[in-house]
Amino acid sequence: MTVRPDLSIGSYRVWQRNRDVTFRLWRTEFIGITVEPFVVILALGLGLGQFVKLGSGERYVAFLAPGLLAMFPMFAAVFECAWGSYVRLEMQHTYDAIIATPVSVDDVITGEILWGTTRSVLNAGYILAVAAVLNPWLHMIASPWALAVVPLAVVPGLLFSAISICFASVARAMSQFSYFFNLVINPMFWFGGAFFPFDELPRWAQVLGWFIPLTHVVDVYRGFIRGELSWSMAGDMAWVAVATAVFYWLGLMGMRRRLIQ
Amino acid sequence: MTPLPVEATRLVKTYGSLRAVDGVSFAVQPGECFGFLGPNGAGKSTVIRMITCTSPVTGGTLRVAGMDVRLNGRAIKSLLGIVPQEDNLDPDLPVRQNLEVYARYYGISREAAEGRIAETLALFQLTEKANAQVDDLSGGMKRRLVIARALVNDPQILVLDEPTTGLDPQARHLVWQKLRMLRSRGVTMFLTTHYMDEAAHLCDRLVIMHRGSILAQGNPHDLIRDHAGEVVLELRLDADERAPLLGELAGVDGVAIEEVEDIAYIFGAADAARRIAARIADPAIAFLRPGNLEDVFLRLTGRGLLD
Repeated sequence: MTVRPDLSIGSYRVWQRNRDVTFRLWRTEFIGITVEPFVVILALGLGLGQFVKLGSGERYVAFLAPGLLAMFPMFAAVFECAWGSYVRLEMQHTYDAIIATPVSVDDVITGEILWGTTRSVLNAGYILAVAAVLNPWLHMIASPWALAVVPLAVVPGLLFSAISICFASVARAMSQFSYFFNLVINPMFWFGGAFFPFDELPRWAQVLGWFIPLTHVVDVYRGFIRGELSWSMAGDMAWVAVATAVFYWLGLMGMRRRLIQ
Repeated sequence: MTPLPVEATRLVKTYGSLRAVDGVSFAVQPGECFGFLGPNGAGKSTVIRMITCTSPVTGGTLRVAGMDVRLNGRAIKSLLGIVPQEDNLDPDLPVRQNLEVYARYYGISREAAEGRIAETLALFQLTEKANAQVDDLSGGMKRRLVIARALVNDPQILVLDEPTTGLDPQARHLVWQKLRMLRSRGVTMFLTTHYMDEAAHLCDRLVIMHRGSILAQGNPHDLIRDHAGEVVLELRLDADERAPLLGELAGVDGVAIEEVEDIAYIFGAADAARRIAARIADPAIAFLRPGNLEDVFLRLTGRGLLD
């Protein structure tokens, strides 16, 4: 058992498996995925956006847009690599079947993360389209730079897929995912810098915010959507890269321990 | 010289303080069906997991097709077809696509896989179910599909972990028939089972395993002849009723008696056994029958195979 990931074309085969399954089952997921962004964007944009005023004078909807655009890919990755992976690992024993072939555990996990990331990118493309459709009313998008959110979805895609699969590798029951959601993902959703600006909060809250993965993702998104690139975004990217690598590695070790006994 | 399909030397696997496999040595010859017979917990599945490179070897050596399982996991797995104990078909994919996606894991091209899949589905009488959902198949069909799946890469060795556990008798016989057919085609098979009839039906040679160790190995007929004898007498009597009969047998040359609960098994005394059976003349009390692998296990461990 080596520390280095044991990877091959098998990662891609696992990605292909997930792609095939998703496109075969797309009808069952289609309506939820299609409708939800409209609900969320309208509720937060038209509803909340009318009543909230920011200290900086920026329109709230414009402030909110990057957070929303980062959040949907995050949820896509989380659903795929937390619940989805656990079902394949523990309920369906799909991983056991795959690692009996020349595909390694590391291939499986890598393929899962790559597929979670793909879902994030597809999702981001769709959310951007919804935001564009609603733009005459909401003015969420101000710059053509916003197109960058589609390739940019790779960033939350990789990070949250890795975090999720890491949790799936240590989960002992489906019910434990409510902890993951309520104690990790949900707080991140509310406190991850999407809904309110951190720079107007006390120092301790800013420090706390630095440890929240979504904060860095939202910062990067915000820079791109406003068309204001800065060096601090490189710092955010580095933070995300390190966190992704750490969770990826932990996920590999967890899954190896679980599948190779 | 082509290397042996599977060769184990003093193979050990420990989990903490438990020695699940405790120094077993065996060799599987090309083209034979080699069986591991033993009760649940004997260590059979652990041996399989080591052969299929999904469980690290603790000690000893294990070679598959001449390659060390510690070093050549991917290469070994590409030569094996694996039928796991629990069905792990992909419920998200219909029958044919299960095989297509599986073939892809082996790096087999779509074109190459197509013919093989059609042929395998036909062989296992699943052609009509090609587009069915896996969850809609019966237990026997699922098992056949798992075996069909194990053949998509045209394996050198087919490894089966309790291939018929949980099947009804009809489905079992159909699976056995398919496995005999594969054997007659020269497919090397390695299987574990706790069914002695399955082992006797399918295996050219087998080992009897108990608590991580091999108690005996050979072909089923020799094992039965050497350990159980041709004729076994079962006496279904209370201990005090059977005592005089057992006393009568005690002096017979080569006799062996195993008492398990309310039944006494008499081995190795064919003439005396026939005499007693004829005298009692009630097969519900004194039952004379040919020896079998269960008897071999009983002789070697003093207990039944299925407890």
